[in-house]
Amino acid sequence: MMPLDVRTPLGAAMALLPEIALTLGSLVVLLLNAWRHRTAADSRMAGYVALASLVPSGLAVALLWTGGARPEGAPFMVALDGFRFAALGFILLATAATILLSLGYLEREGLIAPEYYALVLFAAIGMMFLVGAEDLIVLFLGLEVMSVAVYVLAGFNRGNVFSAEAALKYFLIGAFASAFLLYGIALVWGATGNTSLAAIGAGQTGGAALPVIGKIGLGLLLIGMGFKVASVPFHMWAPDVYDGAPTPVTGYMATGVKAAGFLALVRILTVAFPEAHEAWQPVVAGLAIATMVLGNLVALSQRSLKRMLAYSSIAHAGYLLTAVWAGSRLGTAATLLYLVAYGLTTLAAFGILGVLGRGGEREVTLDSIAGLARRRPWLAFAFAVCMLSLLGFPGTLGFVGKWAILASVVEARQLPLAVILVVTSLISAGYYLPVIMATYMREPGSADAHAEARLPRTAAAAVGVAIVLVLVFGVLPSAALSSAVATAGTMVQSIAGPLAGAGR
Amino acid sequence: MGALLAALGYDRWILHVLLVLPLVAVVPILLMPVAAAKRIALVATTLEFVLSLGLWWAVDTSSGTLQLTASVPWIPAWGISYAVGIDGISLTMVLLTTLLMPLCVLGSWTYITERERGYYAMLLTLITGVLGVFVATDLFLFYVFWEVMLIPMYFIIGIWGGKNRLYATIKFFVFTFAGSLLMLVAILALAWLVAGRTGILSFDYAHLLANAGAAGSLAPWLFAAFALAFAVKVPVFPLHTWLPDAHVEAPTAGSVLLAGVLLKMGTYGFLRFAVPFFPEVATSPWVTNLVLVLALIGIIYGALVAMVQPDMKKLVAYSSVAHLGFVMLGIWAATIQSIQGAILIMIGHGLATGALFFLVGMLYERRHTREIAAFGGIAKVVPVFSLLFTVVALASIGLPGLSGFVGEFLVLLGSFEAHPIATGIATTGVIFAAAYLLWMLQRLIYNPLDKPENATLRDLSARELVVLLPLVAGIVWLGLFPGPVLQRIEPAARRYIETVRGPMASLEMSQRIPGARP
Repeated sequence: MMPLDVRTPLGAAMALLPEIALTLGSLVVLLLNAWRHRTAADSRMAGYVALASLVPSGLAVALLWTGGARPEGAPFMVALDGFRFAALGFILLATAATILLSLGYLEREGLIAPEYYALVLFAAIGMMFLVGAEDLIVLFLGLEVMSVAVYVLAGFNRGNVFSAEAALKYFLIGAFASAFLLYGIALVWGATGNTSLAAIGAGQTGGAALPVIGKIGLGLLLIGMGFKVASVPFHMWAPDVYDGAPTPVTGYMATGVKAAGFLALVRILTVAFPEAHEAWQPVVAGLAIATMVLGNLVALSQRSLKRMLAYSSIAHAGYLLTAVWAGSRLGTAATLLYLVAYGLTTLAAFGILGVLGRGGEREVTLDSIAGLARRRPWLAFAFAVCMLSLLGFPGTLGFVGKWAILASVVEARQLPLAVILVVTSLISAGYYLPVIMATYMREPGSADAHAEARLPRTAAAAVGVAIVLVLVFGVLPSAALSSAVATAGTMVQSIAGPLAGAGR
Repeated sequence: MGALLAALGYDRWILHVLLVLPLVAVVPILLMPVAAAKRIALVATTLEFVLSLGLWWAVDTSSGTLQLTASVPWIPAWGISYAVGIDGISLTMVLLTTLLMPLCVLGSWTYITERERGYYAMLLTLITGVLGVFVATDLFLFYVFWEVMLIPMYFIIGIWGGKNRLYATIKFFVFTFAGSLLMLVAILALAWLVAGRTGILSFDYAHLLANAGAAGSLAPWLFAAFALAFAVKVPVFPLHTWLPDAHVEAPTAGSVLLAGVLLKMGTYGFLRFAVPFFPEVATSPWVTNLVLVLALIGIIYGALVAMVQPDMKKLVAYSSVAHLGFVMLGIWAATIQSIQGAILIMIGHGLATGALFFLVGMLYERRHTREIAAFGGIAKVVPVFSLLFTVVALASIGLPGLSGFVGEFLVLLGSFEAHPIATGIATTGVIFAAAYLLWMLQRLIYNPLDKPENATLRDLSARELVVLLPLVAGIVWLGLFPGPVLQRIEPAARRYIETVRGPMASLEMSQRIPGARP
């Protein structure tokens, strides 16, 4: 164990080492941009420097995690537990994958602007604070740092009207969401006198219920986070923004931003409001059901694959909300596991979509990928694995994640919710399978179709690693499952293990 | 034979080898040139069959328990293991599968002309999935095999199927997936409920079976979820609509495997899981009546619809619905005879319907049509084909001396006491079967030869005879000497009845009904 006295500057700096390291790295990238920003080679160099600057941060996470860092002395505004470290690791990996996918994409689309990579790193720093926040103020700061960077990224393709629309829409709606969140924080503070999550939670033990005003605050917090994770009915922005943004950014939003939102939400609910679960569980269940049903049904009727994936990512937010609803250690573990499964798969899927598009991913439909397997067997295979994993088919990590979510719901004795989850999963077969059918079972539209559908080497590395992980952990999930449960246990102590709920 | 197998340690490795061998063979099939890949597929499936034959002696015929069991922890934290085992019932299904597989490879030899490597790789993957379903004794493992087997079939229909293949393949997938997803929830719920009572979270079949009472008031729901998954596969009316589409569009080997093996996974699921786990629910009057009515509708409706089909493949497909109705009747009557009969129908139907699909496919390869009306009087042109077609059709009708008869007779005999009216109605199904099959035979083979293009049909080649003769031999053997097979099924059937009705029931049965083995 590595106790860190967070009252001293050194201890506090140690506790924030991953964030500090990445901030320094992002400043290096920014400085570099000031001198070198003209050619494609400059842009590529910025990308590689950004990639390299993730390494010290990752090492810092590993140091803190393996050292078993824990706070000593005063309560600290950023958590020091396995849950945060796992979340940081996930965000760094998602960021690395995004940079790898962007390298080829930006050049191909003629977006020579190395600030892109600085912005990606800024967003990552915001996410890191968001998932580690033990205090509502830090949470808000993290959310804003992340959001502002992503607003810009969404509109990065300046010449494209849809990209501009995406940025504007995302910014306006995001501002609303932030306002909800801030107001919720204010009300919670008014009701409890605290912004520290642990202190809010401690204040409700021993029968001291949350006052009504605190419950309203909690509701506003849920709305704010609901916007960020694109849960129905706060999802309206998501399809247009996902559709309009450059494809690697869409992948980043669907994985990194969404994951950060969920991880923060889990922490708020299980640390600050476990005693008020009777107040929030019905609300979260309602959001989950609406999100699963609507996301899946609307995804069915999409023609553009990018839009289909956008709606399907809304549907996945519904599955994740189901795990959040459980509120237990198993539910938290399921959230982690599902985020990893979903994140790997979605990044790979958007990465592949990026090369199928050739400048117009909005136009990629089932017809334009017909017969892909004949010309690009590996690309088609990877895409098929993505679809099966998103569908939750055995043999893929997506199935393991869904299995964990179902287990957490069954553990809490809510079979109807489990049934809704599987029935909506069945609906999703209606839009994931046609993709496989188009690539494998139809003939290419023209003789030279897919001639240019080739992953650049960097992107191929990212997609390849993701697909291998999805398959390996899909077949041998034991290690992933146990470490997810152990990690969840560092934050959620209330429920001892997978069996604890069964005896109820 | 037993001593030889023991010397080889056969018991210890056979089930694992059967599961792994096809997957190992997939690698060279994908890498080698097409001609070599086909040979590898044939060798691998033949080897698989030869290896599996030893099971006939390795399974102890005096015991109804699961044998040759092995268990390796897979996800220990969740009580999930790679656990396999076999009893008399699964033995017959495993042998049926391994027998059909090399025939399917050989039967596809000239039928499949493009993307062959992928095709044979899919066939071999399918073997692992199907065998896994029959030997898995861990419910998680069972579920994984149950689902994974969908993918190769999905591709086999979707890539190498007929004109309407995309519609058929997604319908097949969605129907099956719908049922199995609810089963997944039921498996999880059952495991958690049992864990609540025993304190052990485990997906082991024996553990769950011994403590399935923990389901309590949820038992009807859990049974319904299991039953739905299996009923789609059987298929029980009105969930059968995917079957004719899938059969018509699938390539010949796909149809053979669908009818021969995949449908049996449904009835096997009832025998192994749904009914033994929740016997009170399954034997309650409400469920019994529902199943009987649906089984009867399947028998009569399947036969009537088969009668009016202009397409031979569709006719055979609907006849499957009718045959499987008999199996459901036998399972629910739950007497030694009816269970033995049900399993015998499962085997006999696998052989006869498999052979029928092969024959139809061979005709299709020659004329590129499956319309009955396009033929007529071909007996003179292709005498060998016609002879075999007649034998197989008669077996499917249930002519004494061939495979279909013994099973149907035992089911009707065993069911009569418990459900006399239902059995009476089911008997008419046998007559309908005779009607549609004989009528097809007449129009196809015996009417006057009035289409000039049929005058030049080639008779069966040596390869085609090699495909068909093992099936015909099996049909005749099962019809004349069903004893050895019945003897191997009996202990497992007896054990099933004990689970469903309590330990005393099977004793009573054998005393009351003459002819049953003590």
